[in-house]
Amino acid sequence: MYTDFAPILIFIFFALLLIGALFVLQNIISPKQNKGGDKLNTYECGEVPEGSAWVKFNIRFYVVALIFIIFDVEILFMFPWAVVFQKVGLLALVEMLIFLLILIVGYAYVWVKDDLSWVKMTVRYGRGRYAPLQKKGSDS
Amino acid sequence: MAEVAFIIIAAITLASAFFVVFSSNLMYSGVALFFTLFGVAGLYVFLYADFLAATQIMVYVGGIMVLILFGIMLTNKIASTDLRQANRGRFMAGLSAFILFLLISAIAVTTQWHTGSPQFLDTTVAKLGMMILYQYLLPFEVASILLLAALIGAALLSRKK
Amino acid sequence: MNSVIDSMMKIFGSLGTGNSALGLVLAVVIAGLVVFTIMAVMAIVAVYFERKVSAFMQDRIGPMEVGIFGFKGGKQFWGGIGQTLADTVKLLVKEDILPKEADKKLMIMAPFIIFIASFLTFIGVPLSDGLVVSDFNIGVFYIMAAGSIGVIGIILAGWSSNNKWSLYGALRSAAQIISYEIPIGLSLMLVVIVVGSLNFGDIVAWQADHRWFFIHSPFAFIAFIIYVIAGVAETNRTPFDIPEAESELVAGWMTEYSGFRWSIFFMSEYANVLIISIIASIIFLGGWLSPLAIFGVHVSWLEGPLWGLFWIFSKAVFFVFVMMWFRWTFPRLRVDQLMYFCWKVLIPFALANLIFISVWELIF
Repeated sequence: MYTDFAPILIFIFFALLLIGALFVLQNIISPKQNKGGDKLNTYECGEVPEGSAWVKFNIRFYVVALIFIIFDVEILFMFPWAVVFQKVGLLALVEMLIFLLILIVGYAYVWVKDDLSWVKMTVRYGRGRYAPLQKKGSDS
Repeated sequence: MAEVAFIIIAAITLASAFFVVFSSNLMYSGVALFFTLFGVAGLYVFLYADFLAATQIMVYVGGIMVLILFGIMLTNKIASTDLRQANRGRFMAGLSAFILFLLISAIAVTTQWHTGSPQFLDTTVAKLGMMILYQYLLPFEVASILLLAALIGAALLSRKK
Repeated sequence: MNSVIDSMMKIFGSLGTGNSALGLVLAVVIAGLVVFTIMAVMAIVAVYFERKVSAFMQDRIGPMEVGIFGFKGGKQFWGGIGQTLADTVKLLVKEDILPKEADKKLMIMAPFIIFIASFLTFIGVPLSDGLVVSDFNIGVFYIMAAGSIGVIGIILAGWSSNNKWSLYGALRSAAQIISYEIPIGLSLMLVVIVVGSLNFGDIVAWQADHRWFFIHSPFAFIAFIIYVIAGVAETNRTPFDIPEAESELVAGWMTEYSGFRWSIFFMSEYANVLIISIIASIIFLGGWLSPLAIFGVHVSWLEGPLWGLFWIFSKAVFFVFVMMWFRWTFPRLRVDQLMYFCWKVLIPFALANLIFISVWELIF
């Protein structure tokens, strides 16, 4: 098994060396002049950059990452189960169904409570699909 | 050969872990944590736990690290350069860390570790699957309830503005 | 367990070099060079392919000026065949720019992480029967794990640039990649349930004995479609290229990168496209089996490592072509539609699929 996993370590160092060497090569052959002026400014479509970009962004991305981790853990619990499924048969199906159902309850909960939608609907004027809806927080 | 690789991985893990603790820039700490988690996955390989190593990468590097980086980027004062870890109360922190260290060392010394030549399992995944389905069925199902609680907790947290 | 490393080490052993550690390092470095060459050639060829395909789809000619090796430019289909080589040289000799506001250390580090992520994934990707750097027992799972590293590099690239477009591009890209990892995992699990192994060799052997996996059952076919869609999203290609939507985010998380640093991103991106295509052809389309195997016919002279390489690459190139076809067929999704599609369409279908195929497997 060591010979299986040893390539990972060697590949990492090899990639570091290779890309590093290519960077050095590029540094040698690339032109060095014209580094002054506005060239090193942050690109903001030709305008002078307005403040730093390290601002607070929408928390939705964080929520997506949170929910992802739950599903990720679920998936990796299911991989060992999937491998032995054919050997165990019905028992495996029942046990996994219990496991999944508990999680599907949570999934249904976040779905119903509108946590999965990117743009939260705050005001509902009607029930139809094309009913006018007021959106909030659609800055990204 | 294996020893050299082990020393390299352990050194990377330890060095980046120290960097996580001592770096004053939160973002750099987060990035160093990436290398620590990666190194831990390497250590799992040395325990012949291939599935666990891949799991470590998938959950911690691919999931938790994203969450941590998002968390750091979400902090209010990320733009200001004086983003520092709190350095107040060094004495109390050192004391509690020392006590924790003593505790862990005591546990490490007194535990009867299972020693012996490592046993190479051809497929750890199948063995894990059988254990999940028979021996550790209850913890497995309870884990799903834990995940359910985490899911609902995450949803609740996100709803409060 | 027959990997390239093992066979190379056997050759080195027979040559009489006593030091096995040195032999291992040498074998891996040779394999690494081959993988790097594949990545570079893939990027160069795919750019030309992409330009020509999009030109044909829009009734244009595409690049037509730069010729090479005696091929003159012009309106023939080989016109402009030197264009991508010229582009490569251009990228190498471009001036290296790091914005003064940026976090330079992280900005330099990000391309390394993204490159290493796709470089490491190639370790577990078989290119033919036995033609794989490491034949992991956990093959499928390894690909998923190694493929999830790159997202860290994307976040770092976006954040360190200190550019608003980059930051939003990186956040969107990260959210998209991690979200679409779930349908990919769930649809790959179907094949694991049926075959009972994570090893690519076992999976293809099963398909040789039975039938190609995408016609195994209706659910396997649905999983195939889910995998292709999620794979396109995973590589940030149109119609899922919101992270780098030119019309709103300039170039997404790559905005501040230029020259050689940018070309590393580019190379990794096309490498990821290749990986997704190869995995799709191995899992669902019989991998290195000849197309005749779909009817259960095994022609012996159409099989073997070299033919396997040919079949796997023709299937993969077909998928790459389909991805380019998608690009000129579907308009770009909106960011909320993207998340809706993943969390409320693909994941429920993939979960239901999983349960149904378990029942199917118990019945049949």
